[in-house]
Amino acid sequence: MVPTHYYVILSAILFGLGVMAFIFKRNIITIFMSIELMLNAVNLAFVAFSQALNKLDGQVFVLFVIVVAAAEATVGLGIIIMIVRNRQTLNVERVDLLKL
Amino acid sequence: MNAPLIIFFVLAAMAVVGALSLILQRHPIHSALSLIVVMVALAGLYLLMGAEFVAAVQIIVYGGAIMVLFVFVIMLLNAGVEERTNLSKLAGFAGIPLAVALTGFLAAAVARSQDTVQAATQTGATAPTKALANLLFQDFVYPFELTSFLILVAILGAIVLAAPRGES
Repeated sequence: MVPTHYYVILSAILFGLGVMAFIFKRNIITIFMSIELMLNAVNLAFVAFSQALNKLDGQVFVLFVIVVAAAEATVGLGIIIMIVRNRQTLNVERVDLLKL
Repeated sequence: MNAPLIIFFVLAAMAVVGALSLILQRHPIHSALSLIVVMVALAGLYLLMGAEFVAAVQIIVYGGAIMVLFVFVIMLLNAGVEERTNLSKLAGFAGIPLAVALTGFLAAAVARSQDTVQAATQTGATAPTKALANLLFQDFVYPFELTSFLILVAILGAIVLAAPRGES
């Protein structure tokens, strides 16, 4: 049997890598993908604790997180298409209307 | 070293390598394919934990639907190699320390709490998917119905955002 904290540590590592990708990537689509990576890391922790505590609530939450991620991906990619249509760039540093 | 532990380490290595590859690849389509590797590895870990339904949903919804949407948008926008700009200096200075500190804090918190969370004992009483369905459609039925509104609003939002101007 795999100890639960192995899963949680893997989840922390994946979340950290997701944060790192979120900070360092310049492409707006890749930044969006790093958000999905962070959501996946949280899902892993949910399922690990669900298994450790022997309750299925965590798995139900994972299903809800997946639904929210799907909705978020739909709206976010729509916004990305709008940004590219208006500014002809995928680089987030060139989308700087609100920047001082 | 028992078999589940070996499978765990293989899948964990796959997930971490995929996540690193997501960061290191310059082309968005390569990053998307790396993310699919991470998701398949996580589905394997869910199977290892006995969460078959979540593993199947992970493959079908994440690997199948969401990532296809990403790849489709990447191809639609003809996204090329990421251009290197250094307009923001903050990311370079604060990014790595903050990300490492976050991972360190999380790992430290986990390491401190590992006494309280013990390894699982398998239930084996009812089929997990059946129990999951009972929970989802009884205790969580209102949140479940609310998600359908959420998806409806998301569809409307996507249509409004991505529809051609001037015709709507």
